[in-house]
Amino acid sequence: MSVVTTVPEDARPQTGPKLTANRLPRWTPPAVAAGAIALGCGIGAAGGLESHLQWGLISALLFLLGGYLISARVEGRRQAKDRLATSVVWVAFILAVVPLVSLTVYTIQQGIGVVDGNFLSHSMKGVIQTGKGGGIYHALLGTLQQVGLATVMAAPIGLLTAVYLVEYGRGGLAKAVTFFVDVMTGIPSIVAGLFVFSLWNLALGFNYSGFSGSLALAILMIPVVVRSTEEMLKLVPNELREASYALGVPKWKTILRIVLPTAIGGITTGVMLAVARITGETAPVLMLVFGADYINSNPFDGPQQSLPMYIWQQYSVVNNDNGYARAWGAALVLIAFVMGLNLIARGIARWRSPKGGH
Amino acid sequence: MAKRIDVSGLSAYYGTTKAIEDISMSIEPRSVTAFIGPSGCGKSTFLRTLNRMHEVIPGARVEGKVLLDDENLYASNVDPVAVRRSIGMVFQRPNPFPTMSIYDNVVAGLKLAGVKKKAVLDEVVERSLKGANLWKEVHNRLNKPGAGLSGGQQQRLCIARAIAVEPQVLLMDEPCSALDPISTLAIEDLIGELKSQFTIVIVTHNMQQAARVSDRTAFFNLAGVGQPGKLIELDDTQRIFSNPSVQATEDYISGRFG
Amino acid sequence: MTSSPPAAPRGRERRARDSRVGDKIFMNFARGAGILLLVIMAAIAGFLAWRSGLALSKNDGNFFTTFEWTPDAPKPVFGIAVLVFGTIVSALIAMVIAVPVAIGIALFISHYAPRRIAQPFAYLVDLLAAVPSIVYGLWGALFLVPHLDGLTSWLNQYLGWTYLFDQTQSGTPRNLFTVGILLAIMILPIITAVSREVFRQVPRMHEEAALALGATRWEMIRTAVLPFGRPGVISASMLGLGRALGETIAVAVVLSSNSVLSLHILDAGGGTFAQNIALKFAEAGENGRNALMASGLVLFVITLLVNGAARLIIARRKEYSGANA
Repeated sequence: MSVVTTVPEDARPQTGPKLTANRLPRWTPPAVAAGAIALGCGIGAAGGLESHLQWGLISALLFLLGGYLISARVEGRRQAKDRLATSVVWVAFILAVVPLVSLTVYTIQQGIGVVDGNFLSHSMKGVIQTGKGGGIYHALLGTLQQVGLATVMAAPIGLLTAVYLVEYGRGGLAKAVTFFVDVMTGIPSIVAGLFVFSLWNLALGFNYSGFSGSLALAILMIPVVVRSTEEMLKLVPNELREASYALGVPKWKTILRIVLPTAIGGITTGVMLAVARITGETAPVLMLVFGADYINSNPFDGPQQSLPMYIWQQYSVVNNDNGYARAWGAALVLIAFVMGLNLIARGIARWRSPKGGH
Repeated sequence: MAKRIDVSGLSAYYGTTKAIEDISMSIEPRSVTAFIGPSGCGKSTFLRTLNRMHEVIPGARVEGKVLLDDENLYASNVDPVAVRRSIGMVFQRPNPFPTMSIYDNVVAGLKLAGVKKKAVLDEVVERSLKGANLWKEVHNRLNKPGAGLSGGQQQRLCIARAIAVEPQVLLMDEPCSALDPISTLAIEDLIGELKSQFTIVIVTHNMQQAARVSDRTAFFNLAGVGQPGKLIELDDTQRIFSNPSVQATEDYISGRFG
Repeated sequence: MTSSPPAAPRGRERRARDSRVGDKIFMNFARGAGILLLVIMAAIAGFLAWRSGLALSKNDGNFFTTFEWTPDAPKPVFGIAVLVFGTIVSALIAMVIAVPVAIGIALFISHYAPRRIAQPFAYLVDLLAAVPSIVYGLWGALFLVPHLDGLTSWLNQYLGWTYLFDQTQSGTPRNLFTVGILLAIMILPIITAVSREVFRQVPRMHEEAALALGATRWEMIRTAVLPFGRPGVISASMLGLGRALGETIAVAVVLSSNSVLSLHILDAGGGTFAQNIALKFAEAGENGRNALMASGLVLFVITLLVNGAARLIIARRKEYSGANA
């Protein structure tokens, strides 16, 4: 839009800024994109650039620049800026999609051939690191036990803390707890591992075990459970509580019989998402569970294995294609498990969300 | 700086639902035109088609013509952004930008248009706030947040913001419905003053308000349950309230429905 | 609840007392859980500090300026200089890449994308936040590293003069730059998710106010959406930063570490706190472990500060943020 505010009032009394503007046709952005990609690939091929990543980056830059210049010429600066913003946002979208899709596709590609009945039902006992064969049964078992134990510890503590914050929490203590829940969410998992090691293994003298790992996992899980449960409890309308008090039901029964059941869907979702998060934790497990090649079904005694640690160990022998293959297979199983938990959790959230949630 | 509006054959849709159907009317410059009618009759929707704000809702579209003087707002080469600059709008709930000071709120439109000179901006702020009868109350705290004002003051700030860009038309969508009676009176007085410079269109739920502030009144009604809204009649306010030509208008005004 | 009633309580009275006792017990349980949480936090700090003290008292070098990490040698010398540097540099690279892109994606979901794309895409981004870091690490080492070869040498060729991108040794790009890119991808979902929610909460009436003043879509976002969402975006970025600083296993997989401190981010080498702990812990002797705990304490304090700051910014959100320049 060109500036016409300088038109003298008396010359054209009833006129303001004009309403029409030169506009680019609707097909311009896709056309510019196509041109930019073609040119980008051309430059890439001509310049002998090996990495397709560079081709893409050059194309993206050409797209942004080209779109801006064309629009600035035809439509004016303001429109051009608007179009530039739109293009940048679209490029950001594509920049995000590329690695994320690549990660998923690559994992499936590499892992799908490895995962079979044998892989799922055997341990690594007697298998040489660089040899073929072996499986993840011991790791799967260890992961399930460790995560299960962590959940048994973390869920009640998290739930009660959330109840305290929402239903009772007032004053300094509640403020401190709220603050530290947030801070605790950000504790690096390796620090949780160090802490449990210094407490459980060094100070109390216990040995490596699956349970020791679950202690660290529980520390990581508690704040996540608290936060999600808190949100859910806040969604329970106050009218329900008041109706219950009016009937003479004491507060604790109201919480147990009315508030928690109302929010149970959301709470379950939160716990499952937390479970999904700790299932993939490697660092604390690495230092606390130690890693075993054989099946150890007792999480309270001796080293165990876990899926993430298994991947780490299989990867860590350099240039070992058999190990890499097993790592990808385990990664696929781990992703499938975590994603499955996520999908189910979100399904539950949709199903049983309390009314009044968004 | 006031223009007339001629609407012909205008229909508006939300997705596949038709909200208003085949509306034609003329709105005179330098006068106040009020839209009245029962809830859901499409008067706000119609108002929003006049500055192309209707189409910012996903899936919404418009058919028909709106001429501002002789220019069709819905012609293909018209820039909706330019339309909204020439036709200002005040909303139902006061909506000053919460992160901006009073000063920045008033000049927000000008800054978008690229005006940067401090002297110009200062002058516009004073003129607009005076025009909105707000200058006396806020001139010594222009750098305080706009959200700290009372509801009525906020609404006048929004009017100041709208007139700062010197539009030709001012659209008001139930501007007093969220305000107390005293603030309402202040806004109504202000509307009376502003009509010497602007073409003003006001949607209101309140028939007394329409009678008090407007020169002409348009009555909208639903053609039936689930049917789109229609313009029933448009006439001088006095005629509408004393001797309307359509029975439905009289029924509505005398409180028999709506 | 100081004295019990003299007569044996019956009927309503007893029920009232029961309920009060029940209430008290239940509340104390709930409060106990909250207190336990504080105790855990204090214990983490306490235990790490205790172990750190043991290690530091034997350290022959300066803990903050020493490059080497040989705590188990007869004359223990160890310091976190390289780790501080590597952690901050890799996290900074991650932030520089991730924050703008995340804001872009969040705006894409909240304001640009057609609704049919926006919803599933938002969902996808959320799911990707759940991908375990070991999988990111595996992908980073076996897919990303080979694919970054070209970009690395290209940056070296054209931007080598900036010193930063000067590659002084050849080899696969298992360097801080690659780690930064990988961390950026990993923290993208969390920053996006939080920013998106904030952008969605911008009241429609503020957006319409801007549009009605004749703002283009971008100008509307600049006047109404971004100022409103700024505190949220900042705290989202801090959350992302916290994750990047503490990320362990993905860094351990990708980075080929050594105790070199160099601003040539394309050269392999360097290290981060978490990665160093994960790699050295299993083989460390007693003093080695204590030394690692000392470095863990530093990491703990850093993330504590970053997350605490993020929290405070959210809390201050309601305050007026000054004239909008």
